[in-house]
Amino acid sequence: MKRRFGRLAGTASSLLITLFGLVLVTFLIGRVMPIDPVIAIVGDHAPEDVIARVRVELGLDKPLVIQFGIYVWQLLHGDLGHSVMTSNTVVQDIQRYFPATIELATYAIIIATLIGVPLGVLAAVRAGSKTDIGIRILCLAGHSIPIFLLALMSLLVFYAKLGWAPGTGRADVGFEGMDPVVTGFLTIDTALAQDWDAFHDALAHLAQPAGVLAYFSMAYIARMTRAFMLDALAGEYVITARAKGLSSLRVIWRHAFGNIAVRLITVLALTYAGLLEGAVVTETVFSWPGLGQYLTVSLLNADMNAVLGATLVVGLIYMALNLLADALYKLLDPRVS
Amino acid sequence: MSGVINRAWLLTDAPASRTQAAWGRRYRLWCDFRANPLAMSGLIIAVVLVVMSMLAPLLATYAPSAQDLANRLATPSATHWLGTDELGRDVYSRLLYGGRITLGMVLAVVILVAPIGLAVGCIAGYFGGWADTALMRVTDIFLAFPRLILALAFVAAIKPGISSAIFAIALTAWPPYARLARAETLTIRNTDFIAAVRLTGATAWRIILRHVAPLCLGSLIVRVTLDMSSIILTAAALGFLGMGAQPPSPEWGSMIASARRFFLEQWWVPLIPGIAIFVASLAFNLLGDGLRDVLDPKQR
Repeated sequence: MKRRFGRLAGTASSLLITLFGLVLVTFLIGRVMPIDPVIAIVGDHAPEDVIARVRVELGLDKPLVIQFGIYVWQLLHGDLGHSVMTSNTVVQDIQRYFPATIELATYAIIIATLIGVPLGVLAAVRAGSKTDIGIRILCLAGHSIPIFLLALMSLLVFYAKLGWAPGTGRADVGFEGMDPVVTGFLTIDTALAQDWDAFHDALAHLAQPAGVLAYFSMAYIARMTRAFMLDALAGEYVITARAKGLSSLRVIWRHAFGNIAVRLITVLALTYAGLLEGAVVTETVFSWPGLGQYLTVSLLNADMNAVLGATLVVGLIYMALNLLADALYKLLDPRVS
Repeated sequence: MSGVINRAWLLTDAPASRTQAAWGRRYRLWCDFRANPLAMSGLIIAVVLVVMSMLAPLLATYAPSAQDLANRLATPSATHWLGTDELGRDVYSRLLYGGRITLGMVLAVVILVAPIGLAVGCIAGYFGGWADTALMRVTDIFLAFPRLILALAFVAAIKPGISSAIFAIALTAWPPYARLARAETLTIRNTDFIAAVRLTGATAWRIILRHVAPLCLGSLIVRVTLDMSSIILTAAALGFLGMGAQPPSPEWGSMIASARRFFLEQWWVPLIPGIAIFVASLAFNLLGDGLRDVLDPKQR
């Protein structure tokens, strides 16, 4: 009991240190930038005394350590500052844009799992065959293709040439803001409002970006599934199960797959974290109004509060997902102490 | 005739010298590697890309920045093998020069990052204790950000451009190497041969430099090669988002960014640099996979 408590305290303290470092890195990035935050607010031509006053108001005349203290204090109160671009608080902005990213990433991971896991299992079962090589090449291509190229090509083929998909954005103009925002997930909100036209529209808009992101993560999921399955299929319990005369489907899915499911959950959590990164580029191409697009637009406008706020939030979620992966692994696999 | 003698010399079971043993081992690894067609194709593509970028001034048919506004967005033809871009610049020539930028960035990042990661990992793993805790906490902090996002914030803070992109990617690339080197060091640290070296009076630094680090190299090389593809992709994404190489630089990502406006009609203009990125990144992935099978068979 005491040991377990000690381990928990160790994990908690290392977590706090990482968290502190995360905040420190974001703070330092914000302070080394060549753009003067005062000028960014009052403009180039403001009189000297205004500039000086704003500088004091922002606390920029204080030593760096004090400034960091103030920054942490504000963070603890949920204050990420104001965005120059949207003139909202960064927290408000993030609350507005974040659901779109989560919706996109969630659909992407569902598609990726539904395709990637069976492909990985198939490749492992037929290891060395043409099917296996084909799946491996498909996965390698997914690792190697720049995601913005895939996104552009998807727009070109499905939107411009075939006309199957609607254009960019989250919804057609006619449907925007028609249904009450409950969850921020358009597909859920429209379904709750039983506005099925809007629901179909939202799904149609999701299909392309979610598909592109799904291919990107499917490659990783299939590859890991294959590796885990190869391991599992070589196990003696699999040979025993076969020797007992069980059907090969049952051996593969119940015995071998059952044993790798826990490890796969970890992979899925990590993949979900990786999707946040892929979302930045995908959202830019598809004009998807999510956190990734918010980040890039703020970057191009040198809106530093917004950039740092978004970076910090993504960092936190990334960390939380990694932690979750770790915790799930320890929780679900009794062999890990 | 001499080939046969060399082969026999390399494959002998009783090497007469250290050099012979070392080369014999390398030759056996090469034989394994050569037997893997995917890995070999990766190697060949990578070598071709490197040679083509090195010889860019000789192979290019036009100057990379020579504009010909009368001949904008031309389709691939005999005069412009891969067509022209929105300013009438020859895409083929720009691709060659862009290869120099991309591969140069990869090289710069690897040179910056691999030694740092190796050093941090070996030191943390060998000494353990608070040095290990401190170094690994720093590593964790940098691992806590998604790569592209930290790089983006960093580049935005300094100044968009190739050198800050290199620096930003390097900043995000070293932690996995440190983790890897540490894990390897932990397994090597308690082996008998290290104990023997220590008994002969070797200093900790000598043990790390001469005995531990060389043994970490194999898995490090595999990781670096696989990582090259993700460096290429990150660099291209930075260029595409306008945060990496700036126009008129023929960097592949920024070429796509500036041609993006035309992709619904003149789709080949952004597609061609995209294919270049894909091929380069695929080559390093294939090469890395092959190297892993040879150097690090347990990782399969």
